[in-house]
Amino acid sequence: MFDWLTFITLFPIIGVIILFFIPKNNGTVIKNIALVVSVINFLFSLVLLVGFRANASMQFEINKVWIKNLGINYHIGIDGISIFIVLLTTFLTPIVILSAYNVLKDPTYKDKAKEYMALLLILETAVIGALISLDLILFYLFWEMMLIPMYFLIGVFGGEKRTYAALKFFIYTAAGSIMMLVAMFVLYMNAGGVSFDLAYIISHVHLTATEQGLLFLAFFIAFAVKVPMFPLHTWLPDAHVQAPTGGSVILAGVLLKMGTYGFIRFAIPLFPKVAVSYAGVIGIFAVIGIIYGALVAMVQKDVKKLVAYSSISHLGFVVLGIFAFTNTSMTGAIYQMLNHGISTGALFLLVGIIYERRHTKEIKEFGGLTKVMPLYAVIFLIATLSSIALPLTNGFVGEFLILSGTYISRVMQWSSVLTIFAATGVIFGAAYMLWMFKRVMFGPLTNEKNKNLKDLNLREFTYLFPLIVMIFVMGIFPNFFLKRIEPSVNSFIENNINTRVYAKNSRVTLKLTKNQKRSKR
Amino acid sequence: MSNNKAVIMNLLPLIPMFPLIGMIINGLIGKFLPKKLVHLIAITALLASFTTSVIVVSKLVGLPEDSRSVSIEIFKWINVGSFGVSFSFTLDQLSSIMLLVVTGIGGLIHVYSVGYMNGDKSYSRFFTYLNLFIFAMLLLVLGSNMLIMFIGWEGVGLASYLLIGFWFEDSANAAAGMKAFIVNRIGDFGFLIGMFILILTIGNLDFNSIKIAVDSGIITGTVATVATMLFFVGAMGKSAQIPLYVWLPDAMAGPTPVSALIHAATMVTAGVYMVVRLNFLFILAPATMTVIALIGAFTAFFAASIALVQNDIKKVLAYSTVSQLGYMFLGVGVGAFGGGILHLVTHAFFKATLFLGAGSVIIGMHHNQDMRNMGGLKKRMPITHWTMLIATIAITGVLPFSGFISKDEIIWRAFASHNTIIPWINYVLWGLGALAAMMTSFYMWRLYYLTFQSGETRLKDHHVVEHIKESPKSMTFALVVLSFFAIVIGWIGLPHLFYHGKGIFNSFHRWLEPLVSESEAKIHVVHNTGLEWTLMIVVSVLVYISFFWARKWYRKEISVNTKIWAEALKPIHTLLYNKYFVDELYYWLIDKLILQFSHKVLWKTIDYIFIDNIIINGLVAGGSKTLGFLVGLFQTGKLQFYAFVMVAAFFFIFYFMTL
Repeated sequence: MFDWLTFITLFPIIGVIILFFIPKNNGTVIKNIALVVSVINFLFSLVLLVGFRANASMQFEINKVWIKNLGINYHIGIDGISIFIVLLTTFLTPIVILSAYNVLKDPTYKDKAKEYMALLLILETAVIGALISLDLILFYLFWEMMLIPMYFLIGVFGGEKRTYAALKFFIYTAAGSIMMLVAMFVLYMNAGGVSFDLAYIISHVHLTATEQGLLFLAFFIAFAVKVPMFPLHTWLPDAHVQAPTGGSVILAGVLLKMGTYGFIRFAIPLFPKVAVSYAGVIGIFAVIGIIYGALVAMVQKDVKKLVAYSSISHLGFVVLGIFAFTNTSMTGAIYQMLNHGISTGALFLLVGIIYERRHTKEIKEFGGLTKVMPLYAVIFLIATLSSIALPLTNGFVGEFLILSGTYISRVMQWSSVLTIFAATGVIFGAAYMLWMFKRVMFGPLTNEKNKNLKDLNLREFTYLFPLIVMIFVMGIFPNFFLKRIEPSVNSFIENNINTRVYAKNSRVTLKLTKNQKRSKR
Repeated sequence: MSNNKAVIMNLLPLIPMFPLIGMIINGLIGKFLPKKLVHLIAITALLASFTTSVIVVSKLVGLPEDSRSVSIEIFKWINVGSFGVSFSFTLDQLSSIMLLVVTGIGGLIHVYSVGYMNGDKSYSRFFTYLNLFIFAMLLLVLGSNMLIMFIGWEGVGLASYLLIGFWFEDSANAAAGMKAFIVNRIGDFGFLIGMFILILTIGNLDFNSIKIAVDSGIITGTVATVATMLFFVGAMGKSAQIPLYVWLPDAMAGPTPVSALIHAATMVTAGVYMVVRLNFLFILAPATMTVIALIGAFTAFFAASIALVQNDIKKVLAYSTVSQLGYMFLGVGVGAFGGGILHLVTHAFFKATLFLGAGSVIIGMHHNQDMRNMGGLKKRMPITHWTMLIATIAITGVLPFSGFISKDEIIWRAFASHNTIIPWINYVLWGLGALAAMMTSFYMWRLYYLTFQSGETRLKDHHVVEHIKESPKSMTFALVVLSFFAIVIGWIGLPHLFYHGKGIFNSFHRWLEPLVSESEAKIHVVHNTGLEWTLMIVVSVLVYISFFWARKWYRKEISVNTKIWAEALKPIHTLLYNKYFVDELYYWLIDKLILQFSHKVLWKTIDYIFIDNIIINGLVAGGSKTLGFLVGLFQTGKLQFYAFVMVAAFFFIFYFMTL
């Protein structure tokens, strides 16, 4: 069978190679090549969706020896947990590329189109690679590979304080990654020094409880920084505010999910007992993130910073859903990762549009924009509603599944209390988003500079439209996605939690089955 | 029989579909269509919905009494594990009443809007939102499970948000819309948690499953109490009860047809509808029922007292709506589920008439809403005057107008129902209800006399005064139809004192019986005909006293007496005029507690000082010395160089690993 996964992962690199041969001042050609490459890659990635069977198995799996004497394998594959995040990546990349057409007309960046596009394409490869890797070292390579293009996107194409923001981003994530790398080697040695293969290590490690705890912490922090979870979040607002629009969209849309994805794929299966015993504590931090992110978002003066803090709040829901370990909450968490990519991606693009026109993101600079930009207003409103989880938009399905699933969790300590606190995010979310929307879009159009703002042009509408469609499709027909996600989640819970954590502890198992019986009724 | 069922199943999904289609057409291309076509599309959608509703309800009547509940699943919405929610609709006795009210009154208000919104530059946007509202409201009413209801619940909230802030160029309107949405979200928070409790207990949100779980004892009293309290929090938000009522008076910033449709006749009654829909669950929780009755009675009283002194004609009606919603909750809280719904229906008609009448007055007065400027409109706007007079009589509770019938039932049941938790509470409930009725009479007659009687208009602008004339036919048509129903609609549910035996005059209660009788039977109600007559007369006397009082004060000019009284009662007047300063209190709490705390403590202290300055910058300062050199290099480099670094880094890692 043709190795589609590898093909889709490496195809953007082909684009980068082509770009090498284009003169740097030929901006239009460069942009068009990048766009075409990313669109084609998206179309190819649909093959995965068509070929995907809604069961729990790893699909499109390839397992080849890579570096034999180190036990490093080229082991890749996708399941219900990763497939849609891969698709989200291939879906967002062309959108981001199209959105950058105008930024690169700016004299500062005139000759840098090639760099920008190449960085985006490399990033796409890195993200997909990390999502499909089933070998620790392979994963680590792609994981580090994500860091570098993002660093340059912020550091070269960013705003005034880009150096500080890029450095902060780099140090935060690199610090986390290094600990993870060390932990990987410890695991490798412990499992006999034979293989870095994830499944092999899971079945061959023998660790004491303390070792498990420490190693889990190493993985956990690396991923928690990426999410980011409170209190490791302060790099995010700076990175977002300084990053160019495209960087922000990829950062929020895809990179943050690498943290939550990492929990599911690596941290939990490697150390299920630790994950379960600390589920309640992690839940508390997730809930703090939800409320904290929302409250701080409420007092922001910069639109982009507001959306950045809202990401912390939204990702808190995802973490909560993952560590509640019920099939509803975890399915919801994975769904919410996709939702956040779409709605927050749309919000960052929308902020980028007014930033391009006005070169400011200060809320108080705007007001009454609906009057001059009616189409923009409609799309902004839909993205806002998706972000505050209005039913029949995608956001609602994710939040509802997470919260209802967490409420009934028997694994996470204090889960019902945590759910109640988390659900206040529903109120605060509406407050900060609608207040921002009101200040930017409604009211009298007083600022002279805003009076001649142009509404969306065809290009802008073209890249926003697919996001708007997805907001409704995922809100009205979630089953299409859920039924492909759920089998993997079920087997995840069965294999990692029920079997490996509770097998010997019959009391808890009994509780779980009782709960399941009850819910069946 | 099965034929009837099949017809219902086929037609039911169409009912919300029509306004949805109307909304999509007007939303996408309405801007480019001529106005006539825009409102034709919107009104046709409603007419189609209403006609279909009439057909399905008549088919429902044709079914035997015990099988008047028809459900249809359209598609499966969310399925994860054992939890599943379908997009499905149910037509039964309760939803059929709501269906007719929503599509009927909704249709009339669409017609009225043609006149009212004529000349507005966002004509198509208005009708798009109105159709959106009807669509959401129909989901709310028809949903077979709590989650579909919740879609509608939040959907009407969205429509309300958009319509309150319809004239968004004024910040105050936009703020009012936002306030409505956020306050409702506080209620929705309760609604959500309530649903989680049900999911935990029975794993399902279907109304049928909840009923079965209640009957089989899976849902215990404690679970029911907690869940219903939370659902009632949701109802408080949507139906503007204390302490979440604050958004409704502000919602009057929207165009008047919106106030009539959403903020009087339909959406705000959703909370009452939900309680009655879940009556079998609420009846298991006497504590919740007591809370509902108390909050309802207190809201009725409190809002009516504010309405006494307001000068904005719409503000009076807004507080009146809050007050009347209080009555509905008082009714359902004492177990008079049928009575609560009857008042919902009668209120929908007379309050819609009042709002639309007020809208007509406002158009006549060239958008002046202050009643102190009005007066003598009786001659200039005869149809508006007569219809408003009818509705005023109806709301104040004069026999045989509709308001009397429904309100009397609630007040009597408040007195006669035995409360197991606080036995003497029925006196309090009755007292609050009776006093609120008295105040209702006063503020409504005050409104009537200030607006339509008392000499000539007090407006100084003679240019405007000369142009005050009756509103166009599209508007008066709706007024006439609605006011007709404001008289007669109550006759479907006459009190048993007036009418014994079976027939059209108590068909309302017999219709709802299969749905609520089981629950109503669980509440002990005193039967004492003499007492019932006495109390009815007492309340009526109070209402007449208020009428004469208001007549004396406001019939001619605002009398000197009034001013003396206002002066003497200045502290109370100030308190009422400023609505007990509740908004100020809330504003203070939000500003001082939430915003200042978030800004000063969470953001500036924790994020900046603690995490960034102390922890991270320490690391960055250390790290940047070593990294600084490299970073400087990167800043000025070329892509080729970066790529080189990346590749080199990879080789470095490999080298490191092969050691």
